[in-house]
Amino acid sequence: MSKLNLGDQIIDFNLPATDAGTYSPESFRDKIALAVIFSCVHCPYVKAWEDRLIDLGKQYQSKGLDMVLICSNDAVKYPADNFENMTGHAREKQYPFPFLHDESQAVARAYGAERTPEVFLFDYERKLVYRGAPDDNYEDPGAVKQEYLRDAIEAVLEGEPVPTPQTPPVGCTIKWK
Amino acid sequence: MKLEYFYFPDCPSHAEGLTRLKKVLAEKGLNPEIEITCVNSDEQAQDLDFIGSPTILVDGRDVDPQGRKGQSHALACRIYRLEDGRYSPLPSEQMIRKALERAVADRPVEQQNNEGGI
Repeated sequence: MSKLNLGDQIIDFNLPATDAGTYSPESFRDKIALAVIFSCVHCPYVKAWEDRLIDLGKQYQSKGLDMVLICSNDAVKYPADNFENMTGHAREKQYPFPFLHDESQAVARAYGAERTPEVFLFDYERKLVYRGAPDDNYEDPGAVKQEYLRDAIEAVLEGEPVPTPQTPPVGCTIKWK
Repeated sequence: MKLEYFYFPDCPSHAEGLTRLKKVLAEKGLNPEIEITCVNSDEQAQDLDFIGSPTILVDGRDVDPQGRKGQSHALACRIYRLEDGRYSPLPSEQMIRKALERAVADRPVEQQNNEGGI
């Protein structure tokens, strides 16, 4: 399943964002934790989880977390995921994090990402400490029992081991070219 | 009653969707055969006018007719807008329930009596 395993160093990327910037892991060097989340626009699982991810991003930004979303889907087959639609969506949802375009899909392949959304959380040394789903209930935020990503973020910020370091990603498959 | 369940295997919730459908059918006292179709090519999606997984048709009508509007065929997971405005990759039990009730109400009285339930 994975090309990037727990404990592995973050894989570099340098991608354009919907805010007209270009971002790499180095762009977030001052932060204690960095969540790299493979995402997109068209997927219902992304839409179902999106507001929770935005809330997490806002809540932990001042505490030392940064998040970055990467869309790697083939925009020819799935035009909803083209750069123009990504830009409109990021603006509409007022993303508090950069939304990057991995047009060549090289980053998704390097990470071994399979689904959207799929979370890769890195600690201060930029080692992978959590990989998987945001939580255990995409459909009903009120019925969530395990907040995998929140718990992992808290653990990293407190310098503790992540309680559940890996869960199966749940979502749409990445649309390969 | 004709029940059709179309799914794209890459979408992880199709088994849960079928379970949800069966649960509502049982609740309504209905036991029609469910015709299950796996859609796994663009051509098939186009032929079946499949707009995303899962799609449930009751007597040929989509359980979420509103959500179907303006959508074109796609080999993808389907977005449902739930009653409270949230997004989901599955139709709610309420959507399925309403679709079943609609289908039964649209039938002649004699047929409703023969089928039981609801």
